[in-house]
Amino acid sequence: MSQLIFFILSAMTIASALVVVFSKHPMYSVLSLVVCFFTIAGHYILLNAQFLAITHIIVYAGAIMVLFLFVVMLLNLNRESEPHKPGKMKFAATISAGMLFLILIAAMKSTTMETFSFPPPSTNGMIQHVGQRLFTDYLLPFEISSILFLSAMIGAVVLAKKEKH
Amino acid sequence: MGHTDQIIPLNWYLVLSTFLFCIGVMGVLFRRNAIIMLMCIEIMLNAVNLLLVSFSAYSGNSDGQVFVFFIMVVAAAEVAVGLALMMSIYRNIGSTDIDVLNKLKW
Repeated sequence: MSQLIFFILSAMTIASALVVVFSKHPMYSVLSLVVCFFTIAGHYILLNAQFLAITHIIVYAGAIMVLFLFVVMLLNLNRESEPHKPGKMKFAATISAGMLFLILIAAMKSTTMETFSFPPPSTNGMIQHVGQRLFTDYLLPFEISSILFLSAMIGAVVLAKKEKH
Repeated sequence: MGHTDQIIPLNWYLVLSTFLFCIGVMGVLFRRNAIIMLMCIEIMLNAVNLLLVSFSAYSGNSDGQVFVFFIMVVAAAEVAVGLALMMSIYRNIGSTDIDVLNKLKW
């Protein structure tokens, strides 16, 4: 059963990621990226990481995708304004990505992972456990990330502001 | 995932996240629209996140999940700044085509 769910989710993830790359219309790319993020959240639930699944949906589907949609609509991007690369470049891009895939798979095939063969039934992904780790061992990075957010927010406002001439 | 015949091998997650990462790389090489390239960078980040979560779940150690949390934080900040840059570039040159942005190329 869980293998079947894995295959369905994986097929949806890969198909929607391919639509993101190959779609001519930027709006379709954004919408299929939403589908891709939801299926990855499904993978997280399958891996027993509930806290991350919920955070993933909130952060990616809730915040990042709204930003992308907003920018695509604001810039009024459509099929006509879409720049095109020459066919030779597209061919080279596909070939080089395929080569990278082959090399990574070949590198993984030569490693043995006997220690990770069976997943123990654990409560690692529960919000209680992750929250405890986050607020004890990883408290300093957690607080520093708030400074990162503050500087990113100020930077985004300054960069997107209209310049006065 | 309690029964032995229903366990998903870790290798499947490795192959899936490698494939997703390569789709992201291909998108960055393939497209010229800078917003689509940002989306492909998000796909690559998500492939790495998926790999970290699967290793964390299979090894019974929650450090990987905390790392994924921080990667999400950085990705959100990156997208906010990146899209603000795109807005600024579009306002100045009227296009999101990265081949127009060749002033720093020598």
